[in-house]
Amino acid sequence: MGRLRQISKRVAQAIPVVVGVVIISFVLTRALPGDPAVYFAGATADEKSIAEVRANLGLDKPLPTQFLYYVRDLATGDLGRSLSTGQPVTEDLARRLPASLELTLCALLLSCLVAIPLGVLAATRPNSWVDHLCRVLVTTGVSMPTFFTGILLIYVFYYLLGLAPSPLGRLDFIYIDPPSVTGFFLIDSILAGDWETFLGALKQLVLPAVTLALFTLAPIARMTRAAMLSALSSDFIRTARAAGLTWRTILFGYALRNAMLPVITTLGMVFSFTLGANVLVEKVFAWPGIGSYAVEALVASDYAAVQGFVLAMALLFVALNLVIDILYTLIDPRIGFAD
Amino acid sequence: MLLSVKDLKVVFRTRRGPVEAVRGIDLHVEAGETLGIVGESGSGKSVTSYALLRILDAGGSIRAGDIVYGGIDLRHAPERQMADIRGREISMIFQNPRSALNPIRKVGHQIEDVLRRHNRATRGTARAKAIEAMEAVKIRDAAKRYDAYPFELSGGMCQRIVIALALACDPRLLIADEPTTGLDITTQKAVMDLVSQLIRERGMSAIVITHDLGLAAQYCDRIAVMKDGEVVETGRSVDVFTAPRHAYTRRLVDATPRDGASIRSLLPAEVRTPELTHTPSPEPLLRVQDLVKTFEGKSGPVHAVKGVSFTVHDGETVGLVGESGCGKSTTSSMVVRLLDPTSGHIMFAGEDLAKTPAKAFARDPRRASIQMVFQDATDSLNPRHSAERSIEEPLRRLAKLSSRARIDRVRELADLVGLPRHLLDRFPHQLSGGQKARVGIARAIAVNPRFLILDEPTAALDVSIQAVVLNLLADLRAKLGMSYLFVSHDLHVVRLLCDRVVVMRDGEVVEAGTAEEVMEHPSHPYTAELIAAAPRPPVRHQAA
Repeated sequence: MGRLRQISKRVAQAIPVVVGVVIISFVLTRALPGDPAVYFAGATADEKSIAEVRANLGLDKPLPTQFLYYVRDLATGDLGRSLSTGQPVTEDLARRLPASLELTLCALLLSCLVAIPLGVLAATRPNSWVDHLCRVLVTTGVSMPTFFTGILLIYVFYYLLGLAPSPLGRLDFIYIDPPSVTGFFLIDSILAGDWETFLGALKQLVLPAVTLALFTLAPIARMTRAAMLSALSSDFIRTARAAGLTWRTILFGYALRNAMLPVITTLGMVFSFTLGANVLVEKVFAWPGIGSYAVEALVASDYAAVQGFVLAMALLFVALNLVIDILYTLIDPRIGFAD
Repeated sequence: MLLSVKDLKVVFRTRRGPVEAVRGIDLHVEAGETLGIVGESGSGKSVTSYALLRILDAGGSIRAGDIVYGGIDLRHAPERQMADIRGREISMIFQNPRSALNPIRKVGHQIEDVLRRHNRATRGTARAKAIEAMEAVKIRDAAKRYDAYPFELSGGMCQRIVIALALACDPRLLIADEPTTGLDITTQKAVMDLVSQLIRERGMSAIVITHDLGLAAQYCDRIAVMKDGEVVETGRSVDVFTAPRHAYTRRLVDATPRDGASIRSLLPAEVRTPELTHTPSPEPLLRVQDLVKTFEGKSGPVHAVKGVSFTVHDGETVGLVGESGCGKSTTSSMVVRLLDPTSGHIMFAGEDLAKTPAKAFARDPRRASIQMVFQDATDSLNPRHSAERSIEEPLRRLAKLSSRARIDRVRELADLVGLPRHLLDRFPHQLSGGQKARVGIARAIAVNPRFLILDEPTAALDVSIQAVVLNLLADLRAKLGMSYLFVSHDLHVVRLLCDRVVVMRDGEVVEAGTAEEVMEHPSHPYTAELIAAAPRPPVRHQAA
């Protein structure tokens, strides 16, 4: 009961953030250079047709009036219509956000599965060859730009070895999109019991996910190593050793759980920047994600789409921080939710 | 013989090459016997105990020697066998009990981990057995405490949990590594009494490692005194304390505060000089009246100090004594004007200092007249400032001196506190504990304060250095005519330096009087309890 109230309090604290994001995204998109009326009126338009387009888009009204319209629409869940795709922004986001999330989450999962054991291994043998090998591996991963790693992987696994499918989107054209429930193709195809589509989607996902994972290995592995080193040198580890507990229990039951807090903090940060920064990977793999959508919208001064994107990201990060806070309290009893 | 150690050598790899922490020591423990290992920091006493269990920190290794426990060669036993021995045959309790427990695991589960590791319990019986183990160390409401996390328990309670954890599998040898460091004096007594009672009841052997010779003498059958990685003397506790054979042991015995000792008698006989007299005047210098401090806590207001009044006369030293949480530190912070009182007066030389907010007091001309010596000499010095810079700092802000005059003053201060001048260029990490304490004192007296607040200035120091620092403070008082407020938890130490004593408990003054009066005839039961809790080493009948 108390916890539920604390969670709702945390959610309430996020409201000013969201309001701020709404205002700032509205003002910033309009402060950007570029005139959508000119862009959409086309190359052969004259003064009159541009003015016509401007009036159609409602851009001839004063800014405060435009803002009021925007907020009114927002209240009804209407994010406006994207000018470049011609679709309602909500529909675009609903289709593209899951694509990005699926890619990012799979990449992070993969990254954790490799980076955390690597970090633990490096921490148990500091300055050994294992430690140095880990360091070289993760530094290489983070040093190479994602578009380069992506192209390299495509060259090797698609062009040379022919193991990977053609890097064109989420699903090869021979498959039909699974009925949309969550928007995650992997989950939707399982829900539909369509294992063939599942495998197809998985094959498409592997290369971009690996590309992103390689890039995110470094912060997670390095943080795991540092947190494990400090946990392993704590007094309570000596107590556990003196009590004869097995190395396994000490390493995983005692040290790793204590080391998880900084790792989770890092994970949250890595997730935020990956979701924003995976536009390069999306471009290389023709992934219909939210990053490429936002960039295209920004280039076209597509106000509604840009605002929708920024708002969606803001809400996502608020939710992410909430999840991380809840994870904290689950792991560490010392952290009260109120703090 | 339960345990025998022969010619044990332990070496640590460091950046500057190998360092011998233990240099060939011989020890033995008979069945049912309690051995005390006494030494100051860096003597290798803790390293010895870690070596016995082979739980040395990274970089440490046993270079030579034999460790035989009940016929088993512990030095060469395979790791698997060693892990079986740890916690079941030989177990250990540690200093700083709160950090010795896993902070994010319920204490009951931590005891269960040990029980199940050594097959003393199954999944089904573990809970009951863990509660049993907690009851064995006299934890009330053990079933309720089972679900607590270490941060929810007091230091004394955490140490009981650590003891329960160590004794859960009925080991035959218990190693206690500074088991009472970081605990209050009454808790210290309760914990030591409990440990010695359990040892007797179960017929166990024990090794008690401590820096406190008095504590060891009271609770151990035999004592081994260690210095610089070697055992310099072993013998029956009474003999070691009353008739020390080795010069170092004699110095340790001398430096241990005890009944009837004077401040000079703590020093080695060959450097004792006549005590300088100081004569307090009847004029009050500081008068604290109805001082109150209430903090706004999450679960309501916390009354840290509830109306405290006391007086310090000109030239007088007053001891402010109490256990952690009694409000003595809050009181001293208010008097030194780092913290604003909720209400009350701090009359200093006729003016009410409480009227000036703590924030503004740093620029107040009266700032120079009240200074403070902090508890931890290491933490209270800027690690990137040399000793000279640290001592100079208050002069820059509070005294109008040319840079030439400042340098002369710093040198003069160094001479005054007995800090060799060539150490002035050094940084805190290049100085010993005693030298850092001297820097802290020099900094405090740099601006010629009339009143000095000493916040447990010797709590982190070894006894031999404590003796030197206490004498230095006594000399400075006589030479410079300063008044002290000496904040401490240790009545024995307070008595050595103080004319009068104020005893605090739960934010209130429970007793005040001359040091003699309070120590000999305590009128409040709490004061009597505090005095009784201090370790009572055997008295040396004949001064050697």
